[in-house]
Amino acid sequence: MLKGMFSRPENPKMYWKEFMHQCVEIGIGSLPIVVIISLFLGAVTTVQTAYQLVSPLVPASTIGQIVRDSMILELSPTVVSIVLAGVVGSKIASELGNMRISEQIDALEIMGINTKTYLVLPKILAALLMIPCLITLSAFLGIWGGRMAANMSGIVASDIFDIGLRSNFLPKNVWFALSKAYTFAFIVSSIPAYFGYFVTGGSLEIGRSSTTSVVVSCILILVADYALAALLL
Amino acid sequence: MIEVKNLKKSFGDKTILNDVNLVMETGKSNLIIGSSGSGKTVLLKCIIGLFSPDEGKVVFDGVSMIDATKDEKKDLRQQIGMLFQGSALFDSMTVEKNIKFPLDMFTTLTSGEKMKKVNEVLARVNMQGANKKLPSEISGGMKKRVGIARAIVLNPKYLFCDEPNSGLDPQTSLVIDRLIRDITVEYNITTVVVTHDMNSVMEIGDHIFYMYQGHKQWEGSNKEIIRSTDEKLNEFIFASNFLQDAKQMRMMQEGQEEKEQVNVNA
Repeated sequence: MLKGMFSRPENPKMYWKEFMHQCVEIGIGSLPIVVIISLFLGAVTTVQTAYQLVSPLVPASTIGQIVRDSMILELSPTVVSIVLAGVVGSKIASELGNMRISEQIDALEIMGINTKTYLVLPKILAALLMIPCLITLSAFLGIWGGRMAANMSGIVASDIFDIGLRSNFLPKNVWFALSKAYTFAFIVSSIPAYFGYFVTGGSLEIGRSSTTSVVVSCILILVADYALAALLL
Repeated sequence: MIEVKNLKKSFGDKTILNDVNLVMETGKSNLIIGSSGSGKTVLLKCIIGLFSPDEGKVVFDGVSMIDATKDEKKDLRQQIGMLFQGSALFDSMTVEKNIKFPLDMFTTLTSGEKMKKVNEVLARVNMQGANKKLPSEISGGMKKRVGIARAIVLNPKYLFCDEPNSGLDPQTSLVIDRLIRDITVEYNITTVVVTHDMNSVMEIGDHIFYMYQGHKQWEGSNKEIIRSTDEKLNEFIFASNFLQDAKQMRMMQEGQEEKEQVNVNA
């Protein structure tokens, strides 16, 4: 499928329009869930870290450092991608599946349009552009959520939390998080596109392919998460 | 003109099309009829290039779809309009955007020229004023008409219709049949209709091909079909007693007309 995606567009303007449409669908469409999840992930991480760090020898600012690294290294890329596999992945699979079953893909092909280039490529490119942005935003929001939770529940004062945020920061961690973000973005868009594009049967099969694509995407995200951690850290 | 030469298609061990040869003439409604599983939809998909045949050729006015280069195939496909069984309108687009889509994709017309063309074809299929409606907001018959409008908006040379009357009431079916026939004559295109609706056969069947178990069993016009002596064809078209009675009445009527003609001549 990937090989067949690269062909000269019939009208680049229409492809650009479709790409922008997918950016809005994937990026703006997933924004509310990403914001909510990230805030709570950060908040919960703060509370649980504070609960586990009971030793008076460990400074309270360490909580900020742990929340920062947890959000950047693991929680934002992996949890957000798993959520997006459900939100974006199922939408891609069911949209393409419905287009296949209702012969809309056939209609495009008869017009002489390469449907892989027109329907699949913009989705993958939009995911590769928007999902890393969402993950970056998630990391910021998660840290901010953690800081708010620390302040509101009286665990750590904001200025002490900020000291932790600034200490021992490794820029390499950000590059690691972005590598994960791009890998997961490709998985989240290409796997559902494959399952949706090649669906056969009726509405029951569309549902089945959508579920299968989410399950396969989640498993691949976890496998890739481990592989990247082993390779890059 | 479309020529189908020695077309063969199998799925696994099952042979669906076995040495099919057809010639479909320009400016005529060519109907492919046959019972379910006779291979007519597979034949249509092989003709339009959605399936690759195992053997044989499909030639569009001298250009073979199978031997054509990628660019030739693209050009050829832009000369093909297709009405699908379920209309295949794009759910997320309004009627207007559905029809405008091929113009946006393949032409360099200005926005105003495109809108003029859209309104022209909408008027041609009697759907004026439905521009802003979504496919989910219109009836099955209207969807078919919008499907026809989208199929003819690029002035195609070939129009293919897969079961255009499925799911429609007899009155709406008649409207769609007449629309297909009129457009065929008006645009002078080669129209191929796959159907098992006998009303369509009698209404628009300039040239009819009867498919039976993957091969062409019979061909002729709608005037000839009623007098055919082909056993398999008769089993198919006169499956209901009503049609058998209609055939007898028609034969009697024609016999009487012939007698009267002889008397007049005498």
